[in-house]
Amino acid sequence: MDNPDASTDSEVKVTGVLNPDKLKELGYIPSKQRLLKGPVAIFECVEPIPCNVCVFSCPFKAVVMDKITDMPKVDFNKCTGCGLCVAQCPGQAIFIVDYSPKGETGVLTLQYDLTQPPDKGEEVILLDRKGEELGKGRVLKVYKHKRSEAFVVTIEVSKEFLMNARAIKVRR
Amino acid sequence: MLRNRRIESHPILHFQRGKEVTIFFEGTPIKAFEGESLAAALYASGIDVFRWTPKLGRPRGPFCMVGKCGSCMVEVNGVAVRSCITPVREGMNIRRLRGLPTLPKNLDRMIEKENSDNPFEEVKTDVLIVGGGPAGMAASEVLASNGMNVFLVDDQIRLGGQLIKQTHIFFGSQELFAGKRGFRIAEEYEAKLRSLKNLHILLQTTAIGVFKEGVLLLNKGKGLIIKPKYVVLSAGAFENYLLFENNDLPGVMGAGGAQTLMNLYGVLPGREVVVVGSGNVGLIITYQLLQAGAKVKAIVEAAPRIGGWFVHAAKVRRYGVPILLRHTVIAAEGKDRVRAAIISEVDERWEPVKGTEKRIECDTILLAVGLTPNTELVRQFGVKTVYVPELGGLVPVRNKYLETNIPNVFVAGDVAGVEEATTAFIEGWIAAYSILIKEKGPQSQYVKKRNEYIRMLDEYRSSPVSARVRSGLRHVEVGGS
Ligand code: SF4
Ligand code: SF4
Ligand code: FES
Repeated sequence: MDNPDASTDSEVKVTGVLNPDKLKELGYIPSKQRLLKGPVAIFECVEPIPCNVCVFSCPFKAVVMDKITDMPKVDFNKCTGCGLCVAQCPGQAIFIVDYSPKGETGVLTLQYDLTQPPDKGEEVILLDRKGEELGKGRVLKVYKHKRSEAFVVTIEVSKEFLMNARAIKVRR
Repeated sequence: MLRNRRIESHPILHFQRGKEVTIFFEGTPIKAFEGESLAAALYASGIDVFRWTPKLGRPRGPFCMVGKCGSCMVEVNGVAVRSCITPVREGMNIRRLRGLPTLPKNLDRMIEKENSDNPFEEVKTDVLIVGGGPAGMAASEVLASNGMNVFLVDDQIRLGGQLIKQTHIFFGSQELFAGKRGFRIAEEYEAKLRSLKNLHILLQTTAIGVFKEGVLLLNKGKGLIIKPKYVVLSAGAFENYLLFENNDLPGVMGAGGAQTLMNLYGVLPGREVVVVGSGNVGLIITYQLLQAGAKVKAIVEAAPRIGGWFVHAAKVRRYGVPILLRHTVIAAEGKDRVRAAIISEVDERWEPVKGTEKRIECDTILLAVGLTPNTELVRQFGVKTVYVPELGGLVPVRNKYLETNIPNVFVAGDVAGVEEATTAFIEGWIAAYSILIKEKGPQSQYVKKRNEYIRMLDEYRSSPVSARVRSGLRHVEVGGS
């Protein structure tokens, strides 16, 4: 009945789950050097929807679009990983990953909008893109953004989960 | 069994409940709060069956929560009312409705009034706007702040249409409202409207029909004839049903009805839910249910692909909600309330495939299977409509300034074709500037604004996700000057 649109990726519209290879293909994964340098934003926004919130929410002009229906283009050299876009993205599609700390653990920042937010220091369960439990992480920081009223949660997680943990479960 | 379905903790909403009152349901005292609808109060106390149907005695509970379906009828102090649009009052005596309602006792007096020579008050105004959702609010603001005398009427208890029930962050352009929650946008816009002196807002007011004398409004039982120079029709859309066995069982509810209960009144529609339809409405209601603490067992979708935007789907998939494509609900199980949904696969012709039935235990089945433009009044005005499935059904023919074939009658928002809140706002502004241009001449500030909004709307719709809307619009947009 629907007219499947050629420019809309078909796999994600069947599974609702993004394959990280797709992100690489779209240029949404920064280079290895950039990843090791410090926090940076990963955009999981792979459909040309009418939205430009991220463009306006970035104080460093790291995100650009020609028209509102374009997909965001990110300049990873301008992106400081500040996380301001994470707080406002209506699609909950932006994640900040930080591989720079020495050792096994890195830092993940995501938007949280369900039940009550976790407290600083609390242990939370990490979920992947299908909602399966990956492991645990410890909350480093939580704040509420004024305009969007969403929480932004920063978590210490094993580096092996940085590209796959995309939600958290708060145990209460 | 009475139990409390009120949501006590929510990540974004803080329910400010009014003064506590006591109402009596078939003799049992029930706690309710001023400002809530009777249906919400009854539902919150665990009441599922509101009435029994006349012929078969089938149980019914609320479905639409906006006064459109009649399934929530109860007797209050002996008079049948739609409980979802009746505010609670201290001491109300409520009974389930059995069979057909009886006529109100004061009917003869009402009829007498209609037959007298001059039954209704008559009011002249520049503009009448019917429907106080995004489109109607947008048009009211522009018109009233540019010196026009405006009546804005809406049949609900509150202004804002679907917007007041939206807890998710809005997409779209940051220059407009994106990045904010829907209900906040409604609050802020309403505050703006309330400050406009020549805007008259009439809530709980239904536009009954169009007559030689003017448009008849019924405001809480009182008639009023409005004679406007211009009309903006922005009455939105109503929810579609889906045919399956027992689809009238309490616990089968429209997605919009569930949003009203949950996000307006803070009452959880159910604990274990099956959502039918994976368009944006189905995906968003699923997320809102998770926010309110419910469990969504599955989203069932007959098409071979997810109907809504990927980002909305990804949000619910991350919390483990399965989206079952090429599936449909074929029956609801339960006696006085849904206990399970029976789903089955469908073939290419959307027919259920025998032998693939599965039973999902749940207490609620929410239908998010599309909306149909509410064009009753549009047609009464004599506006030409055409059937365009891409836009939800019968939609009015109009030019790109949103004026219909009846001069000075404009349409905006979902009534003109089902889209979303942002496009409804923009259409409201375009219609308003078009009226200003007609009334005051083509002043450059108005023409400039209108062109800006027309461009904005085109840009919004240029996305591949709007392909259906674009193709639908080709059938209804004619001319343009
Ligand atoms: S993380 Fe900060 S710098 Fe990077 S894109 Fe987002 S807002 Fe811009
Ligand atoms: S704000 Fe989020 S949803 Fe909107 S375009 Fe940017 S990444 Fe996509
Ligand atoms: S009329 Fe009240 S639920 Fe539909």
